[in-house]
This record gives sequence, C-alpha cells and structure tokens, in this order.
Amino acid sequence: MNRFLLPLIAVLLLIPFMILGLRSDPSELPSQYIGKPAPEFNLPTLKDPTRYISTADLRGQVSLVNIWATWCAGCRAEHGFLMQLHKDQEVPIYAINWRDNRDDALKWLAQLGDPYVASGFDADGRVGIDWGAYGAPETFLLNADGHVVYRFTGPLSPAMWEQEFVPRIAELEK
Amino acid sequence: MISRVILVLVLVLCAFSASGIDTGKAFDDPEMQARYERLIAEVRCVTCQNQNIRDSNAFIAADLRREIRRLMSEGKNDAEIQDFLVTRYGDFVLYRPRFSGKTLALWVAPFLLVLFGSVAIFRVVRHRMSLPINDEGQAK
Repeated sequence: MNRFLLPLIAVLLLIPFMILGLRSDPSELPSQYIGKPAPEFNLPTLKDPTRYISTADLRGQVSLVNIWATWCAGCRAEHGFLMQLHKDQEVPIYAINWRDNRDDALKWLAQLGDPYVASGFDADGRVGIDWGAYGAPETFLLNADGHVVYRFTGPLSPAMWEQEFVPRIAELEK
Repeated sequence: MISRVILVLVLVLCAFSASGIDTGKAFDDPEMQARYERLIAEVRCVTCQNQNIRDSNAFIAADLRREIRRLMSEGKNDAEIQDFLVTRYGDFVLYRPRFSGKTLALWVAPFLLVLFGSVAIFRVVRHRMSLPINDEGQAK
C-alpha cells in the first residue's frame, strides 16, 4: 500500500470541514427560538406607559418584532426601510425598545416616523436577554401562532428583505 | 531609564484594562461571591465573543452579570443558571459547553484524534523497528 494513501484520505476528509469553517461567520449566533414560541414578555408601551404589549398581541397574524434603540447606529440605518414596509403594509411590525431612554426614543419616532404598531419599552434590557438578543437591530419573523420562524441580525435592507423575508412570508401565508 | 519608561507604560496600560468593569463585591457572603466570580468567568460575552462576561465592559455583559446576580439571589443553583443562559443564547455562551447530542463531536473529537495519532505513531515506529539496520553509521 502506498504510504501516502492514508494521510491523503485524512486530509480529503478534513477539507469539507475547513471549507465550512471558512464560510461560517462566528459572530452570527443562531437564535435558540427558531420553531419555538416567541419568549413571553409584557412591557409598557413607549407612547403610553399605562398600556401594555405582550406576546399574546403577536398571535393571529404573521408579524415582525424589531429590537431597536436610539443608541444603535444600525437602527437608524434601517429605519427608512422599516417606514417603507409600514407604508406598504407588508406585515405588522412590533418593537422592543431595548435599554433606551424613553424621551430619546419618543423624539426619534417623532422625527423619523413610527413604523411600529407598538413599541414595548424594555428599560433594563431583561426582555432583550429573554429574546436572546446580542446586539441591535435584530428582527424576528413570527408566524400566526406566535412562533419564531427566522431571526435577522443587523440593519434590514431591501435586498436582505427580498432574499430572507419575502420567500418565508410567502410560505407562511400560503 | 528605558526600563523605567517601560514600567510606567505597563502600569498605565494595566490601569486602562481595569477601568470600566464593575469590580465591586456583588455578595457579602464570600462563598456566594466566589461562586459568582466562578460563574461569570465561564460565560462568554455574546457581542465580544473572545471575552468572558467578567472581563467585558459591553452592556450585554453587564446585563448578563446582573441577571446572574438576580438568579443567585433567588437561590438558583449553577445548573439552573446555565440553563437560563443556554435557553437564550445556546451552548456557545458557555466556555465549557455541556455534554449533549449537539456538543458530542466537540467533546469526543479531541480524544478520537489523539487515539488515531497514537495508533499511527505506534504503527510507524513498530514498522521502522522491524527494518534491518543497514545505515553505515549504525552498523559499526
């Protein structure tokens, strides 16, 4: 037997793993909630602290849950596109305003427009942690049963919307 | 002179690394405090992945430390606290992921590699020992 045969086989077996390793982005953590019910929460809304928004409000239709904050540059970058989605009435967008200042957040919505059905005000960041958020913005796609179908991290753009969300929403609304 | 400059630079850099992270005591009970420090040393900061949450000043690390303090005060044990983290962020959040179907390869692969390597070395060495000694230097 050729003495190089075994090492060669070993290297060939390793190559697919190396390619996978090069292609995977270690900063992208998969959401632990894909296929599972969205984490429970009950938060006062940004605009009216006496009103509450909870997981129950997310059931009954396909929806988006956007985690945003005024300290988040990516949120400003995607805000225009969220306004576009809101105008086109693609899907209702709910929000968790994460570790923010209420006045700043209200000013932001007054200046840039409010694409959200409602924003829950998560002042101490506990709901963000419950959702497994590790940065902002993050956008979750929920089905009508309130289960998480997909999570997108980073600012949304028309291209990413077409690529990641449109086919999934079409599938859900079939 | 130069060594003194280096010393000053090192001290200045040390000062920077220590700032920004809450180093205050979280618990009065030294046993709880030790447990807390051991726990946070083994949790990965999810935004700054190569740091643990003890050494990171990212806000998410501060929030996770606060959650761990809260869970400890509620009397949760280490396994329950790790459960809390893994449910939200996955096995990746623990520096020593727990043994499960998903992490099987991670735990077993190093031992398998050592085993294969040992077998390979053993076979090569045994094969070479069986070769006749015909090298001039050794034949004398």
